[in-house]
Amino acid sequence: MKRTPARRTRFTSGALTGVAIVSVALLLTACGTNQGGGTTVSTEAQSELGEMEGTVSLLAWPGYVEDGSNDPEVDWVSAFEDETGCTVTSKTYGTSDEAFSLMKTGDYDVVAASGDASLRLVAAGDVAPVNTDLIPNYDGIFDFLKMQSWNSVDGVSYGIPHGYGANLLMYNTEVVTPAPTSWDVVFDKSSAYKGAVTAYDSPISLADAAVYLMTHQPDLGITNPYALDETQLAASVQLFKDQRVNIGEYWSDYLKEVQAFETGDTVVGTTWQVIHNSLAEGTPAAVVLPEEGATGWSDTWMIAANAKSPNCAYAWLDYIASPEANAQATEYFGEAPSNAGACDFTVNPDHCEVFHAGDAEYAAQIWYWSTPIAECLDGRTDVECTDYSDWTTAWQEIKG
Amino acid sequence: MTVDASAPPTRRAVVPPQRGSIARRGSVFLSRHPRVRLSLLLGAPLFWLGLVYIAALAALLITALWTVDSFTGQISQTWTLDNIVAVLTGSLYQTVTLRTVGVALLVTIIDILIALPIAFYMAKVASPRAQRILVIAILMPLWASYLVKAYAWRSVLSQGGIFEWLVSPFGGHSPGYGLPATIITLSYLWLPYVILPIYAGLERVPDSLMEASADLGGGTWSTLRLVVLPMIWPAIIAGSIFSFSLSLGDYITVNIVGGANQMLGNLVYTNVGAANNLPLAAAIALIPILIIFAYLAAVRRTGALNNL
Amino acid sequence: MRLSRPARGLLATITAVVLALIYLPLLVVFVNSFSTSQNLTWPPPGFTLEWWAKAFQSDGALDAVLTSLQVALASTAIALVLGTLISIGLQRFEFFGRDAISLLVILPIALPGIVTGIALNNAFRTGLGVQLSILTLIIAHATFCIVTVFNNVIARLRRLGTSLEDASSDLGAGIWTTFRLVTFPQLRSALFAGGLLAFALSFDEIIVTTFTAGSSVKTLPLWILDNLFRPNQAPVVNVIAVVLVLVSIVPIYFAQRIAGAEKVVR
Repeated sequence: MKRTPARRTRFTSGALTGVAIVSVALLLTACGTNQGGGTTVSTEAQSELGEMEGTVSLLAWPGYVEDGSNDPEVDWVSAFEDETGCTVTSKTYGTSDEAFSLMKTGDYDVVAASGDASLRLVAAGDVAPVNTDLIPNYDGIFDFLKMQSWNSVDGVSYGIPHGYGANLLMYNTEVVTPAPTSWDVVFDKSSAYKGAVTAYDSPISLADAAVYLMTHQPDLGITNPYALDETQLAASVQLFKDQRVNIGEYWSDYLKEVQAFETGDTVVGTTWQVIHNSLAEGTPAAVVLPEEGATGWSDTWMIAANAKSPNCAYAWLDYIASPEANAQATEYFGEAPSNAGACDFTVNPDHCEVFHAGDAEYAAQIWYWSTPIAECLDGRTDVECTDYSDWTTAWQEIKG
Repeated sequence: MTVDASAPPTRRAVVPPQRGSIARRGSVFLSRHPRVRLSLLLGAPLFWLGLVYIAALAALLITALWTVDSFTGQISQTWTLDNIVAVLTGSLYQTVTLRTVGVALLVTIIDILIALPIAFYMAKVASPRAQRILVIAILMPLWASYLVKAYAWRSVLSQGGIFEWLVSPFGGHSPGYGLPATIITLSYLWLPYVILPIYAGLERVPDSLMEASADLGGGTWSTLRLVVLPMIWPAIIAGSIFSFSLSLGDYITVNIVGGANQMLGNLVYTNVGAANNLPLAAAIALIPILIIFAYLAAVRRTGALNNL
Repeated sequence: MRLSRPARGLLATITAVVLALIYLPLLVVFVNSFSTSQNLTWPPPGFTLEWWAKAFQSDGALDAVLTSLQVALASTAIALVLGTLISIGLQRFEFFGRDAISLLVILPIALPGIVTGIALNNAFRTGLGVQLSILTLIIAHATFCIVTVFNNVIARLRRLGTSLEDASSDLGAGIWTTFRLVTFPQLRSALFAGGLLAFALSFDEIIVTTFTAGSSVKTLPLWILDNLFRPNQAPVVNVIAVVLVLVSIVPIYFAQRIAGAEKVVR
């Protein structure tokens, strides 16, 4: 890949301060994070903040960065711009994979990444460590979200938790009776709802099957749904292949799933809490966190390794972690906030309750999205695990 | 019907350089040197297409011979045929290719069958005023966004949607989401692009020719088949290129109304936009490229392309 | 061939039915823009003007329309120039490689958008090392718009023949004068038709756009895609579509007037 001249100059001017430290850190982190076998280009976290650059470019899920241009009442960007003088430009993405490839363009200072993208971004050297001391609002973040496997590597923080939620099971209460308590309605028993089953359209969904298998086929020995060796992955794939004949459609944007449940085209499948909340009143649908547990996401605000505006980027990370902004953003999107104080600022006083914010017991049942890599995440060293590209191939074959 | 480049200069009067302006002299020079004229005409567009498009395509094809590190997402430039072999031998790609070509062909045939009578009515039956209104009526839906129309079809075809409401009195059912819905929606989306060239082609068929055929005893069908069809064949091909290739690469409509099905476009899209595997995506992209080239070669033999 | 009365009637009926089918989904869009359902479900549960009010307050939508207009105008302009040059070159000259060039012009539209999209994306970013922006988007759009202009202009040139141009140069007019006063006026309606189609193609293009637009460039289709993912924005998108369809009558009407007027003159 060619580097642009612009990038090269930025490199010389921006990194002069710590070339020596950086190169040492590079060697050290290379040993630690170079799991994928690729080149790791990591830099030292910033130690202090400088002048605001005046602009900052954000990459996020739709609904994470709202400046009022779509709905004047939904706006938490303007306050940030007024406060810091950093003008925000933003782009949204539809899937974690898209976010990963967009970050490769080098156009963005900040990214809100789910766990299935964050580790890959770290390994690819696209994001830099984050010095949490420079982010006062980090103190308010729930402890069980800090320094987790999807937002830190070897004790180095790579970002600030934003919000989290579970991939739940939604079902049509008139068709799916009795009320399901297990994922078996979308796997082993899915033929009862032939043509009306749905699943999230991403390779990461394979982990849903792995969670199910942890309970139902303990012989497979799955201890972490993101650390699957070949046999374990094959079992998950088989589960999805059997499900495929009963699938009505896969969903990736939630308008699609909302419509399908409202019209009755789909009656059972994975969902997000926010999708259930968006259903028109009177739609006979309910959500449940099945007894096997579930996968979920915990999103992290990260800073690009070659950010043009690192200071504005830090300012944004601090701002979006503040109780007020965190409340606005997570409530609009429909997920649990990461900041305990946010619960006091939500428009709907029950928001935190509905989304189980801060409920450590509920959170413990969730396997947060993490990138599957060859070096098994569950610590096994005797086998090689399947990595994300294996999952991608498998997922395409499942869809057929 | 083209004019031989070497002929015109002798026929053109050589203008005496009465006003020795540069423009004048340039003009004289150019009319004496058709080759220069030609290269001035074609220079800019060929530079554009060659540099922007052909170079980009070539680069993409080369990328198909590289690989990507799955975890860091960096392209490593080691030469390998793995991607191409995977695409050629993988049963997934064969199934999806067949499905996609099938959909694209059906969409094209449906569109042509619908477009022919309408275009004929517009060009040969309707009054000039009605003709103008009809063209507007065909063109207007083009401006309602593609996505909006696709979602509208999603709503039309849903359970209890308008389609079901329309056909249920006759015992029909909505096809639901799947390949039939994809074919319906794609045919809908590309229909104006097929009607317009065929209409333009029919307009160029002189009424007198059809009357002459009738005077010579040709019936309606034989006139259509022997006089009209050969004349509008290039226009039909032009329309079919639109609908066939637009369907061949589509991945959004099938996502919205196609149920669980995927087409070639989806495979390319997931590999490049999602899996960040440009080399594999490039290898998959070879399939539609080859298909289109085969298609263009086939219609070229009919001579249709020269008249496009 | 003279069509019998029943045949004419049959053709008229088919046309009417197909037109009805063409407008059925648009009717759904229209009705949904007044629906109280936020998710475009059918039948609409109630009537509201909320989305229309919201759409007209939406800066994002307005910006997106303006961006799309800019991109479409610029790429149409480029396509008009390049398309006209190519068609004159190919129609008025006979030379080796002519077929290859006409194939080259068709290729950007004949190859699926996703192929064009990733090829250009790859070329811009890794080949040339430029950042994606509105310029790269215009370049990409212009590339596949050339063909619509080319098709229209070359068809017209073929019909015109060269007699008028020859007469003009015999009477002493230079190449430029001949083009300006003789060829161009005869091409005008073909240019208009080709340009309009190019404009429409660019205005509604989403696949190539996804891959070649810079991060801060939001054309209308991209905005719509974004907003279909956003909570509670889907009906606003419908309003925009309805407005676009209604507004589009104006340019199409004028295009038809120009084409119609020329026919009368001839």
